[in-house]
Amino acid sequence: MADFYYDTAHLLGALVLLTSFGLLYQRRLFALLNVFATQAFVLAAAAAWQAFIHGEPHLYITALLALSLKAIVIPVALHRIILRLEIPRAVDSALGVGMTMVIGVSLVTLSILLVMGVTSGAAALTREDLASALSVVLLGLLMMITRRNAVSQVIGFMSLENGLILAAIGVEGMPLVVEMSVAFAVMVAFIVFGIFFFHIRERFDTLDLQNLETFRGEREERPWS
Amino acid sequence: MAASGVLLSRFTGLRDLAYGGTAVLCLAIAAAAVAHLAGNVAPVSLVLPVGLPGAVTHLRVDSLSALFLLVVNVGGVTACLFGMGHDRMARSVGFAGHADRAPVRTLVPLFLAGMNGVLIADDVFAFLLSWEFMSVSSWLLVLSTHRDAATRRAAHVYLVMASFGTVMLMLGFATLIGTAHGASGAFLGDYSFAGIRAGSPAVLPATIAMLLILLGTGSKAGMVPLHVWLPLAHPAAPSHVSALMSGVMTKVAIYGLVRVVFDLIAIPQWWWGAAMLPLGAVTAVLGILYALMQHDIKRLLAYSTVENIGVILIDIALAIVFKSLGVSALAALALTAALLHVVNHSLYKSLLFYGAGAVLAATGQRDLDALGGLIHRMPITSFVWLIGAAAISSLPPLNGFVSEWLSFQAILNGPLLEQWELKIGIAVTGALLALATGLAGACFVRAYGITFLGRPRSNAAAQAGEVTALMKASMIIPAALSVAIGVVPTLVISLLEPVTRAMVGEGLYDGGGRSGWLWVSPASAFGNSYSGFIMIAVIALMSVVAALVLHRYASARLRRAAAWDCGFGDAGPTAQYSAGSFSQPIRRIFLNQVFSARDTVVMPPPGDTAPARFSLELRDPAWDWLFTPIEQLMGRIADRANLLQFMTIRQYLSLMFGALVLLLVVVAVTQS
Repeated sequence: MADFYYDTAHLLGALVLLTSFGLLYQRRLFALLNVFATQAFVLAAAAAWQAFIHGEPHLYITALLALSLKAIVIPVALHRIILRLEIPRAVDSALGVGMTMVIGVSLVTLSILLVMGVTSGAAALTREDLASALSVVLLGLLMMITRRNAVSQVIGFMSLENGLILAAIGVEGMPLVVEMSVAFAVMVAFIVFGIFFFHIRERFDTLDLQNLETFRGEREERPWS
Repeated sequence: MAASGVLLSRFTGLRDLAYGGTAVLCLAIAAAAVAHLAGNVAPVSLVLPVGLPGAVTHLRVDSLSALFLLVVNVGGVTACLFGMGHDRMARSVGFAGHADRAPVRTLVPLFLAGMNGVLIADDVFAFLLSWEFMSVSSWLLVLSTHRDAATRRAAHVYLVMASFGTVMLMLGFATLIGTAHGASGAFLGDYSFAGIRAGSPAVLPATIAMLLILLGTGSKAGMVPLHVWLPLAHPAAPSHVSALMSGVMTKVAIYGLVRVVFDLIAIPQWWWGAAMLPLGAVTAVLGILYALMQHDIKRLLAYSTVENIGVILIDIALAIVFKSLGVSALAALALTAALLHVVNHSLYKSLLFYGAGAVLAATGQRDLDALGGLIHRMPITSFVWLIGAAAISSLPPLNGFVSEWLSFQAILNGPLLEQWELKIGIAVTGALLALATGLAGACFVRAYGITFLGRPRSNAAAQAGEVTALMKASMIIPAALSVAIGVVPTLVISLLEPVTRAMVGEGLYDGGGRSGWLWVSPASAFGNSYSGFIMIAVIALMSVVAALVLHRYASARLRRAAAWDCGFGDAGPTAQYSAGSFSQPIRRIFLNQVFSARDTVVMPPPGDTAPARFSLELRDPAWDWLFTPIEQLMGRIADRANLLQFMTIRQYLSLMFGALVLLLVVVAVTQS
């Protein structure tokens, strides 16, 4: 039975990581939102599974938060924003998809090497969960820097935060307070981002951040940026 | 007595006294210092319960401090006299004094207090604090003529160099403190000088500290190539402040060097001296060559200070060499030469600056080519200036000759050493020193001749009048002291003996030698001896004989006739030998390569009556080779770094991401 618990937890963690790659790969905004919702759903499932196998009821709250906020409220809200602001649905990426994937895979390799090296004394489940969590964080960061659109940057940020939650639920004894505060931080960030969307939109008629850069009076755009 | 001097000098800065009070106070401190030196008393210490939180301020006057207190405060007395006289003259004549006088009057006592503070400080904090006090107050004094754009630039350069020097000093002291270990091997971390003395550093940290201190004090003293601020800042200040900065403040820097090298670091290495020798020699020769080329009289004097600092550095370097090789008699000889030169230079350089200030006040001109003929209009000033010029050119029987003579005695002992580097190096240094001395003579013949002799080259010079009595007094005092030290040098040398005993372990006469008042003949000088008194007697006798002979045989046959004027009647004053003509041969020999001097002569075509034009461009190699590259490098780095300010949000994020990944990689690699 322990093997089954372990395998399932492992599977859920890996699924979160897989959806991260999906985020990296996805080029259309609505599909991006859907993938993000999926990731949040899987994350909620992973949290619930951890709550079940460790018998820690507070993790159910984490799962519920992830499910309601990230899988439903935020994607729906973003969906409505996109519709209302008539944002172009295609995301242009600063880096080619192939290159992004190669970098993503190298990041995952790096996280595995790192976590396996550092936490050689910890339990196996914790180690592998930590590895995938760190990968998700790094991939979220990668997504933030390879996308030009503000909405996709926000999604990158949220998925980065998903990685943090994944790490938190994998470690035993992480108090609920931490998770709650992380969740609220994300909520605040989401609100701030939303307000920014409207302001940027009002001023520039687009959410493409390049216009922000030219507004700051900077030099010509670099070829790779 | 010395303790009262200590206390008084601490309060100098607190009271906003006019020049008179400051002069009296300086006189008291100087008298106390002489009493300290003559009485050969033990060092006087004082601990004040103020300072950094949890720390106290240590003050201490030993013979070295007392000697430099004497130098500073004698300079202070005459500077106050000059300042007072100058103010009176400005009030009565109402000339366009180029400085605001009230701030100068306020700042001069502060400046003096700062210098006194450096000399009596006995811990690093008090030393650096007073040092900065001295720097900042003198910087403000330079800025008192801030309406001139050149002055603002000078002040800027000075501030940068002063900050550099202080940083070097801080690092130097920090190296000494940080590597100090007591006898038990425990870390001391004591910032008082006593603590530094107790900690015996290893050779490497001591060398690093010595180098940093040399850079720090050298930048204040005017060591090549850190001299660039001197010729800018010293002339920009009011004349008596120039005298203080040039004659006295550079000596405070020398004090710092001597204090650290001979007192605080217990283990001088001979190669420190060997490394300092060429620095001193280059400083001396380059300084006087620059001075020879100058047309601004105060700038000339500032460059001449660079030369004298070079001479003092040579003497100090020799003292280090001899002390570390265990020849303390010779070390005492070299250090006596250095200290005597410090005293002498402070006297005659102040005198010369006061003279330049008197000329400036009387004519409004600093340009040599606008002066001339002042010997008729300002007889007293020109006479005392002649004494100063002769003294700085090391002519007997004046004081400059005595210290130069002692230096050469020390140099002539160089070949007795074991190390071949030193045998040859000291001989070469001696040759360069002789060259510098000769050039100094040429420099001051030029300066005196063009300023005071010949016909006036401008209306201002033709209408000049003698300056006030106080200004004359301020020049006569150092002139009289110069003559006195030259004629009876043994009086001052006996005051130096406790200092050399404390610094190198031996006085000048401890090894024997005749020590009467008449002859300077230390045993270490191969039985050579010098007597200023006999020299002046011989000179006087010869002069009388020569005058009699000339009068008897030549004057009677004198015929007066019109001078041969090449067919041009009544050539104007501009046809006289000028400052540029005087320096041209020397410039052609020494300088065209080093200084990238370019002279261009534009001759009008035949038949054109336009005057021929001669223009000369000189560059200071220290700017071209050291400071301009540094400036460009800093500019380039700043340009590159400036890009950081204008990156896009994604680029900032990428930077953070890159840094994070890099650190993770480092962890991963080091873990496995």
